[in-house]
Amino acid sequence: MSDTVRMTYREAVKQAIREALQADPRVFLMGEDVGKYGGCFAVTKGLLDEFGEERIRDTPLSESAFVGAGIGAALGGMRPIVEIMTVNFSLLALDQIVNNAATLCHMSGGQFPVPMVIRMATGAGRQLAAQHSHSLEAWYAHVPGLRVVEPATIDDARGMLPAALACPDPVIVFEPISLYNMEGELTAAASDVKLDGARVHRSGRDVTLVTWGASLWRCVAAAEQLAADGIEAEIVDLRSLRPLDDATVLASLGRTKRVVIVDEGWRSGSLAAEIAMRIVEQGFYDLDAPIARVCSEEVPIPYPRHLEEAALPGPARIVAAVRGLFSDAR
Amino acid sequence: MNDVPAGLTRERGLHLLGEMLRIRQFEARCAEAYGAGHIRGFLHLCDGEEAIAVGVMQVLGAGDAIVSTYREHGHALARGIAMGPLMAELFGKRSGCSGGRGGSMHVFDAATRFYGGNAIVGGGLPLAIGLALAEKMQGSRNLAACFFGEGAAAEGEFHECMNLAALWKLPVLFLCENNLYAMGTALARSESQTDIQAKAAAYGVRAAAVDGMDVFAVEAAVRGAAEHARAGRGPVLLELRTYRLRAHSMFDAQLYRDKAEVEEWRERGPLTTLTTRLKVAGLMTEDDFQRLLSEADAEVEAAVEFADAADWEPVEDLMRHVCAEVAS
Repeated sequence: MSDTVRMTYREAVKQAIREALQADPRVFLMGEDVGKYGGCFAVTKGLLDEFGEERIRDTPLSESAFVGAGIGAALGGMRPIVEIMTVNFSLLALDQIVNNAATLCHMSGGQFPVPMVIRMATGAGRQLAAQHSHSLEAWYAHVPGLRVVEPATIDDARGMLPAALACPDPVIVFEPISLYNMEGELTAAASDVKLDGARVHRSGRDVTLVTWGASLWRCVAAAEQLAADGIEAEIVDLRSLRPLDDATVLASLGRTKRVVIVDEGWRSGSLAAEIAMRIVEQGFYDLDAPIARVCSEEVPIPYPRHLEEAALPGPARIVAAVRGLFSDAR
Repeated sequence: MNDVPAGLTRERGLHLLGEMLRIRQFEARCAEAYGAGHIRGFLHLCDGEEAIAVGVMQVLGAGDAIVSTYREHGHALARGIAMGPLMAELFGKRSGCSGGRGGSMHVFDAATRFYGGNAIVGGGLPLAIGLALAEKMQGSRNLAACFFGEGAAAEGEFHECMNLAALWKLPVLFLCENNLYAMGTALARSESQTDIQAKAAAYGVRAAAVDGMDVFAVEAAVRGAAEHARAGRGPVLLELRTYRLRAHSMFDAQLYRDKAEVEEWRERGPLTTLTTRLKVAGLMTEDDFQRLLSEADAEVEAAVEFADAADWEPVEDLMRHVCAEVAS
């Protein structure tokens, strides 16, 4: 193996897109400002010069039309990557995603699968306020017919896109806004990265933190603080939000007997609630303490930094939740 | 207007009328089957709009893609989807053209590139421009044809798609079946500008209004539009002016329109007028007509027998096709 390569999350996504365009003439990218502007978050900068107007397509501000056009192009033999600037904007394309992308394979009796990738930024942390900062992954993870993933590491940012393009179903790839500038080592070959399955990011014997996306790194920070107090946290990065990998979560719980779910979405009707219920259904007798959740406060994400931080499931709240599970014993 | 186009042969005239009769008789039998409980859910019949389905399909080639609406039986039959599997789909049977999973509103057929009845008004337009984009990017001369009603012109997706299709010069035919009522809401009660084709023209889409009750007018207009689109000159919208002679669906008491209005349109119905025109032109006798009618009826009865005899999908298959089944 060659030495590892250091790069940003943004660069990892761009490499993945570039390699996909090079590898398969059916692949093309379209979305708002992906070309001349270089991408709202600069992910696609330079790709227009490299691949031209046919394959790097700037679209009008018409989310429903260009997402639907991606579905139609997939039906017509292409492999589109459709970029939506943020999950908040994707609501303008919800009809196409939920009523077409997710249903056509089933309604046609399997005649018309929809092999496409929809990428969108998600989450808070950049002071973009309540129309650019939400985490609505749970809404998409609710829908049969969709695959939903959220790469949180450099390896996954680079490797999950080709895996998504190889999948015959519509795959929604969530990219946390707050991770684009994160630097890290690329350690895995893209071809070794799977689309589904959770991964143990950090091993520990005392408590399992189940999380995904930007909250992975909040959990890492919390685990370091807890380790100083002698509590070793195991972190499970779900990676795939539909389907969910129950087995990896339950196996970790079997080792630690305690679990905290960390979810940047709002608590009510959340993925955290779904995961907690699955643990109750399948792992209740492994629990030595009630399941705890750390979610975003139920407020539209505010603009000022101190309030935004207070709304999010930060390390301090995670640490407090974990300590709460041990309060009787200590 | 009792003339026919110059050079129309007897064979051609009978073919067009026969195709329209197949649709009319199929729909009539669907209404009966609904009453008998063999067809459930929503059922939207297209009586009065047959000239559009038949006229359009005379022009489209095997490589062209079609996106339709929930009122799509006529489009499907004229496209060449066999009547048996179509009726079986309405019955919800496994041998239906969508495997029984879609029903009346969701007819799909890969063999004829029929990408569904879409039951979200306007929801098919983005699919159609994407199918057209795929053809363009793959360098074919195929086009995508998209049916929708005039009600869709109020949806944002209509406007987004007019703009994008014109901007990218996509080979797509927007075929607006303007039957004057969006369910029960008359055009003038919901649109500030009731001239649908003018909306498309405002986006730079070549657009025209056509008598949708006249199969010859429809065919001619679509032929010109298809040549335009295939030549890479961009999309065309045809506003095909028509009328729905039956209720919107089987639940519609038609409180929103006068019986006299319906009767007036019935006299202008596409089968009535074509029958007269062919007879006046000396291309068809009453015996010919009766023969076409009995052929259509026989095909419909055979389709009902096929659907009746077909199997239900086993419940164990419930979860199939939620995701694609890939041979590994």
